[in-house]
Amino acid sequence: MTTASAPVTHRPTEPPRGGPAVATVPSRASFWAATRLVAGREITVRLRDRTFLFSTVFFLLLAVGATVLPALLGGGGSTVAVVATDVTAPLEQAGLTVVPAGDTGQAERLVRDGTVNAAVVPADVPGGVRIIALDHAPDDLVTALSTAPPVDLLDPDGISPVLALLVPMFFGIVFFVSSLAFGVQIAQSVTEEKQTRIVEILVTAVPVRALLAGKVLGNGALALVQVAMLGLVSVVSLRLVDSGPLLDLLAPAIGWFVPFFVVGFALLASLWAVAGALVSRQEDISGASMPVQMLVMLPFFAVVFLHDKPVVMTVLSYVPFSAPTAMPLRLFAGEAAGWEPILALLLLLGAAALFVALAARLYEGALLRTNGRVSLRAAWRGREIRPARR
Amino acid sequence: MLRVSAVSRTFDGRRVLDDVSFEVAPGRMTGFVGANGAGKTTSMRIILGLLAADSGEVTWHGRPITRAVRQRFGYMPEERGLYPKMRVREQLVYLGRLYGLSAPAARRNVDDLLERVGLSERADDLLETLSLGNQQRAQVAAALVHDPELLILDEPFSGLDPIAVDTLATVLRERAADGVPVLFSSHQLDVVERLCDDLVVIAGGTIRATGSRDELRTRYAEPRYELVVDGDAGWVRDLPGVSIVDLDGPRVVFDLADPADDQRVLRAALDRGPVRAFAPIVPSLTEIFREVTQ
Repeated sequence: MTTASAPVTHRPTEPPRGGPAVATVPSRASFWAATRLVAGREITVRLRDRTFLFSTVFFLLLAVGATVLPALLGGGGSTVAVVATDVTAPLEQAGLTVVPAGDTGQAERLVRDGTVNAAVVPADVPGGVRIIALDHAPDDLVTALSTAPPVDLLDPDGISPVLALLVPMFFGIVFFVSSLAFGVQIAQSVTEEKQTRIVEILVTAVPVRALLAGKVLGNGALALVQVAMLGLVSVVSLRLVDSGPLLDLLAPAIGWFVPFFVVGFALLASLWAVAGALVSRQEDISGASMPVQMLVMLPFFAVVFLHDKPVVMTVLSYVPFSAPTAMPLRLFAGEAAGWEPILALLLLLGAAALFVALAARLYEGALLRTNGRVSLRAAWRGREIRPARR
Repeated sequence: MLRVSAVSRTFDGRRVLDDVSFEVAPGRMTGFVGANGAGKTTSMRIILGLLAADSGEVTWHGRPITRAVRQRFGYMPEERGLYPKMRVREQLVYLGRLYGLSAPAARRNVDDLLERVGLSERADDLLETLSLGNQQRAQVAAALVHDPELLILDEPFSGLDPIAVDTLATVLRERAADGVPVLFSSHQLDVVERLCDDLVVIAGGTIRATGSRDELRTRYAEPRYELVVDGDAGWVRDLPGVSIVDLDGPRVVFDLADPADDQRVLRAALDRGPVRAFAPIVPSLTEIFREVTQ
């Protein structure tokens, strides 16, 4: 151990020792500086958390899998043995691999031993062909050899029923998982500070609201980055396997999903912080956060199960807690007029401002009460215990 | 100068602080002693603004305490609190920056402090992996990280081994020598006795005694003496104005009705033979504490 020579103390601004302290009004700048520091710590801690990293990677792989796998499984043209050579061209056009065979007997052997999926051989009718397959009729081959009547689509951009089910699930799941996972983290982080009593040091250093804002913003930024990565990976892998109209259809929905996500997340995050501030032990969080969990789950299930009821969806797309999921969905389905997302977003903003203000007061009122569970009423009345703000 | 003036506070109809007034002077280590529940922690929380007083006020250099002023106080809460899963240096730098230090200044202060409290080698360990004693050293460092102008430490020495007590006492003494008022509570009266310059004694929510340690000792000292001679000291009991407290062969402890009589007793002893020891007995803090809190 080295001996400290001539201990030096460092002060940012040196007031005269023992003289009157310079009392400055806490500026906006110091509030935001504190908020940034708190947010920075939240992010650092989260980025070191293995569970968080693994779950992020897991979701990204899931997104890749969900977009790429169906294409891989659905594609992969069959191999066809062909005796009648004049059908080779249309078959190859349809993406099938053609293997020439000498006669019908050889073609049949190739089908039997699995070298090819099916064979096209001359039929008894002159000029006609017959298909030989093992246990089921090869649809792609039949389609390639059929003459289809021309089809005029009146709504060429219409969405397949499968997509109509998958897309609401996607927006719903992303918002649901994000606000739940990050919400629980926020609550745990608040309770940890209460449990370890470091909160008593923190509030002597920074305004209570800077603590709250830092937590919401730090976790919000991480959530947004996570969702953006998820979106990017999905879009890129979708592009790789499918150049259809899906992306163009999704674009406005995704574009609107971002602001709805941000505001909706902030609303819920501040409520999660209150839930964390009401209790003094990690074990009590799940009980205290039950109402917030409901606010996350009920809209999710409502949107997933009622997405084909236009009237219900219209209502849900304006209700603040379900709007982040329901409005992008209506945009995707082409059911919402251009002004509707703007109105819904304004409503959501208003609700968020109201709830964040209420949450900030409850958070302040509850944060320093470390004797067990704090009731909402006590937190609301918490002024007497609140640190004096001047 | 920190001044607490006529502060009262009631919890659920129970008065925990009643008209509490005392001062913490620059450059002085002020020991805040009292039994459990006497009101030490409540007083400190009110000074830090963690709790509002029902009446009375706390001033710093004669002015009410604002957030900006409070940011320059250092506080060690009674129930220890730091992030268990953060590295020691990292979280001290974080706290320093929350207190308004720049990142380089916070790092310099933290490295210097860790050296002084003897934690340099554990700087990059997670707090939860440290022994309780070392966690407490980190906690003291957390209170000092921003070079506070006032230190409020709630039971800083409880649970520490004697070596750690000495290390921390040295660090705190340095701060006091720099002109920083230090208020520390403790129920270990022997530690307080050794470290404090001034004393504030609280019991049942009221201040029972304040003043410098030596002043209090004099104030509460009875004129009591110890005398050790070669032979049996039993003869002392026959002197006028003397009442024996303890007599054990050559050693006697006695009180005097008139303190001016001490030289008379000494002469009487010298007349009878060699005197090995003769001294006034200064009351210990424990005795003063017992007396003022009764």
